Amino acid sequence: MRDYAVFLWRCFRLSFVGDWRYGAWMLTLTAIALLGLNAYCRQLVFGLATTGMTDQVSWGLYIANFTFLVGMAAAAVMLVIPVYIYRNKELHDLVIFGELAAVSFIIMCLLFVTVDLGRPDRMHHLFLRFNFPLSMLTWDVIVLNGYLLLNLHICGYLIYCAYRKREPRKALFVVPFVLIAIVWAVSIHTVTAFLYVGLGARPFWNSAIIAPRFLASAFAAGPAFIVLALQVIRRFTDYDVPSKALMTLRQIILVALTINVFLLMSEVFTEFYADTAHSASTHYLFFGIGENRALVPWIWTSLGMTAAALLILYLPLARSLRYLNIACVLIIIGVWIEKGMGLIVPAFIPTPIGEIVEYRPTINEILVCLGIWAAGILLFTISVRITIPVLSGRLTIDHPYATEPDTETESNGSPRATALAFERSTS
Amino acid sequence: MRIFDSSQSKCSHGECSSACSGPGPHRLGSTRRSFLRKGAAAIGGMAALVGALSPLRELDESDLGSVEKFIQKHYKEMDGEEMRQALERISREVEKRYDLRPDIRDVRPMDGVEFVYALNLSRCIGCRKCVYACVEENSQSREPEIQYIRVVEMPRGTLDIEKGNHHYDRPTVPDSEHYYMPIQCHQCAKPPCVKVCPVGATWQEPDGITVIDYDWCIGCRYCEAACPYWARRFNFAEPKIPKEDINPRMSYLSNRPRHKGVMEKCHFCLHRTRVGELPACLEVCPTGARKFGNVLDPRSEVSEILKTKRVFVLKEEAGTLPRFFYYFDERHPRSDGDREAAAPGREATA
Ligand code: SF4
Ligand code: SF4
Repeated sequence: MRDYAVFLWRCFRLSFVGDWRYGAWMLTLTAIALLGLNAYCRQLVFGLATTGMTDQVSWGLYIANFTFLVGMAAAAVMLVIPVYIYRNKELHDLVIFGELAAVSFIIMCLLFVTVDLGRPDRMHHLFLRFNFPLSMLTWDVIVLNGYLLLNLHICGYLIYCAYRKREPRKALFVVPFVLIAIVWAVSIHTVTAFLYVGLGARPFWNSAIIAPRFLASAFAAGPAFIVLALQVIRRFTDYDVPSKALMTLRQIILVALTINVFLLMSEVFTEFYADTAHSASTHYLFFGIGENRALVPWIWTSLGMTAAALLILYLPLARSLRYLNIACVLIIIGVWIEKGMGLIVPAFIPTPIGEIVEYRPTINEILVCLGIWAAGILLFTISVRITIPVLSGRLTIDHPYATEPDTETESNGSPRATALAFERSTS
Repeated sequence: MRIFDSSQSKCSHGECSSACSGPGPHRLGSTRRSFLRKGAAAIGGMAALVGALSPLRELDESDLGSVEKFIQKHYKEMDGEEMRQALERISREVEKRYDLRPDIRDVRPMDGVEFVYALNLSRCIGCRKCVYACVEENSQSREPEIQYIRVVEMPRGTLDIEKGNHHYDRPTVPDSEHYYMPIQCHQCAKPPCVKVCPVGATWQEPDGITVIDYDWCIGCRYCEAACPYWARRFNFAEPKIPKEDINPRMSYLSNRPRHKGVMEKCHFCLHRTRVGELPACLEVCPTGARKFGNVLDPRSEVSEILKTKRVFVLKEEAGTLPRFFYYFDERHPRSDGDREAAAPGREATA
């Protein structure tokens, strides 16, 4: 127990240690997170009227981000499949980063749902009267929290074992959980899709293709995020990320993105060719209805980005990692627009009784979203910051971090000195 | 270097205090500079946090939960005494806020009653009197504006509500090119709103009215997304109602004042209809377009209408089995008694 407390304390200390770039990055993220907290407090005081949501468009940016992040969280674990099923060696050591990302994303998801509630002070009602199994939202509560615990266990166990310099008992404590996590990842995704698909009142959602499309777009965006994160890790630390691993990820992204585009085209065809009264929302999304065209530029940007990314990934010329980075950025933004704004908002326009009211997020709402993103990335950064020295054996139970003799003399505990030591030890 | 030094041995991290004095070399002689820097950073951090939380100072008294509110049970779980206490608390709050002693009760459904509404579209002239009567009866927020009934102006020749105009504004109604379709909660027999609510804050009562426990709703707005008739309204801000406009006659499940962050909707004026009166929207209608009653009573007016008129429901394909029926006056009624009245040429074809 005591060892564990020491471990936590060392982790906590370690999260403050880094060079000036690390410091600046963390400071910026913290500042944005605090701005978001401030905006949320304002929302608590004045109600959800501080957002752009109305009775007509009753879900907006919060739920859009939530939906997107569920996908990211699920897909982060997709790294794991090639490792355990195809015994892909390159990815093996990188699995942990996927799990870490999943943890951060799930926490962001839970935050987004919480800020969307009108009465967060009554959250405990969920425990007192849980409308399970009728309400899909209760399913979502269960699978999201379950997924969080699963991934926390896997990461926590692996890291703590490395810290204790124990050989993790993989067959017992890791592999079964990892396999469950893979299935579970699909489930969080499917359940979240069912949240929308199950509503007969909204023809835009009430289509069976939503759930598969959810999976496909997430399996493109999730690994894309991991690629970017790995590139950063590779650039700024000494952790070894083989290029081959990135190329494997590239393969996953390519397939997923292709399927996603195919499903999207099938959907668009059905809506526009049949052109029934039920396609009003799709019309609104792609071309606007009359004067109301708020989403049109967004969705076309998204489509353009997806197309560009696909082109980059398919061109044999663009096999270098630099192009892969660009493609990943394009995919993440493209899918964010498509799954966030493009999936949630148009379902409300027009309303079930035909009124058209557009949705414009307010500054306050956007600040809350940015705050949650910053908090999530902060969490991810810290977890990676801790994991790398532990896994590479530089922080263990009998070996507090970075005990280079030379730093002993010059250091007065300032982060900068430690950072220098860190740099030196890495080069 | 050393991870541990004295300036940091006091941390907010509960478990750490023992850890800090525990293993690992302890260096008491940390330099003054580092101490100051860390202190400044900590103070700066705290100040930023306090600054970020500062809007909370403006929280209204009613927002700050009381123990009483926190432990209040779900409507269906309260016994008589607990309900009495809840009503007492609500009266106190109303009295404090609006300077009036409300007559608040928990009006229960009657046995052998299932309410339905029938609306004669040939008669409705689109005056919106029902909309305003409803706002007054049920003390709906005036700012931001909340209305349970939406009257849609429809072009003749279609039943597709997407073609309607929600914001018609004419010096006189009705307009001869249009007809008018009022829409409110249809009190579905298979209500999707009830199905989706994660905390069971909304449910269908034995008399067919779907109600909301305003003290239980967590404000997730899932029900609002699920309703095919756009009948639900959310309190995006704390409702503002002039004191003199509060209806002192209230009941727990219907028109007692709501707070921000909860859902509300039409409840067929259950505090009136469950004691034998008619809904406010019906009473005010100048043309008699609205008919309300107990469908289980074969002699009631609504039973008669369901039997003799060709009624229809909106969005039948949604499969929610509404208890709100529309019909048009028929010029050539089919019933035998009316046959003489029908036009002569018609008899041959009918
Ligand atoms: S009309 Fe809407 S709110 Fe009313 S019972 Fe049906 S689904 Fe629920
Ligand atoms: S808004 Fe309230 S009544 Fe509606 S689903 Fe959520 S908790 Fe239930």
